[in-house]
Amino acid sequence: MTYCSFCGKDDADGDHAFCRQRLSMIDPPRYCSECARRMVVQVTPDGWAARCSRHGEITSGR
Amino acid sequence: MTAAPEQIDVLDEAREQVLERGVGLSEAQVLKVLELPDDRIPELLALAHEVRERWCGPEVEVEGIVSLKTGGCPEDCHFCSQSGQFPSPVRSAWLDVPGLVRAARQTRETGATEFCIVAAVRGPDKRLLSQVRDGIKAIREDGNDIQIACSLGMLTQEQVDELVAMGVHRYNHNLETARSHFPNVVTTHSWEERWDTLKMIRDAGMEVCCGGIIGMGESLAQRAEFAVQLAELEPDEVPLNFLIPNPGTPYENYPVVEGAEALRTVGAFRLALPRTILRFAGGRELTFGDLGAKQGMLGGINAIIVGNYLTNLGRPAQQDLEMLEELSMPIKALSQTL
Repeated sequence: MTYCSFCGKDDADGDHAFCRQRLSMIDPPRYCSECARRMVVQVTPDGWAARCSRHGEITSGR
Repeated sequence: MTAAPEQIDVLDEAREQVLERGVGLSEAQVLKVLELPDDRIPELLALAHEVRERWCGPEVEVEGIVSLKTGGCPEDCHFCSQSGQFPSPVRSAWLDVPGLVRAARQTRETGATEFCIVAAVRGPDKRLLSQVRDGIKAIREDGNDIQIACSLGMLTQEQVDELVAMGVHRYNHNLETARSHFPNVVTTHSWEERWDTLKMIRDAGMEVCCGGIIGMGESLAQRAEFAVQLAELEPDEVPLNFLIPNPGTPYENYPVVEGAEALRTVGAFRLALPRTILRFAGGRELTFGDLGAKQGMLGGINAIIVGNYLTNLGRPAQQDLEMLEELSMPIKALSQTL
């Protein structure tokens, strides 16, 4: 199972078109796509880094 | 039977009053501008652009911002995803000094002259001020001469003096909305408390940066009230944000401000604040898209935040720099004062 990085719900459950739009425009991921835990997110002028306590860090560069 | 007195068109009035004499519009006049029909928006924006060029010059001030302390704020500003009082997905985070130095360097590399360090707090404590002091020192040791602004909430006189001593040249503290609407937006502190901080900043010789957010349920009359209250403050800069309805906040289901309405607001605020740096800030990506951003730049705006915001992402800085080049708008150099 994977989870929506914007709303934290099951990716396969419901319509996530709005979530995808927000993620493509103005939002960094807030939820871990592997476990739906809320991540600690640091936004910087040219990127972001999001850390899940279980699954580690992802960044805008990766 | 006597004829009805001839109605004077508000844009004709603005041409004589604001463009020729540099006197901002009154609250009643701003309201008339906000009520103009859509087909008069091009005329409004053209006039606002002329006013901006006449009283501010052609340069655009570019700024980058970063969140030093994210989330967990005790205040209940209803628009803010960083309040600890709402079920927002934003978690607390602290940026360390090397991260702050990198953010300042990224900002300077865009050609920006301003770098604003922001913290989600009611007001700074000793730990936060110490982090700011260490951060500014490290930015300077990195050879970065960018001008540093701060936004750390409400201040005491002692804290104002400390920031001046650190070399902070501008302080951001938004009034957010009209005084009459503020209690609907924030209940944990008052509009007057914010005003008091702004007065201390001004009296200490720091530049005052004070704006707000459009689209928080205020009426057009309250929007006009806000523009004139800002004008009374005589801020050096007014950042104009458009509400981003963020999940978990009380305003998460509020509609995004529609483009035409936003452009009317930009034009109206310029006509209320002819000599102020008027900055495009958060929310413009959702409200305007690419085309509207250009219209805003040609409608009275003379400053932008480039790159990302505090918790939301912006357009890549390069995209905005290319837009300015396409519009033949020079970027303000570090030695200039608008």
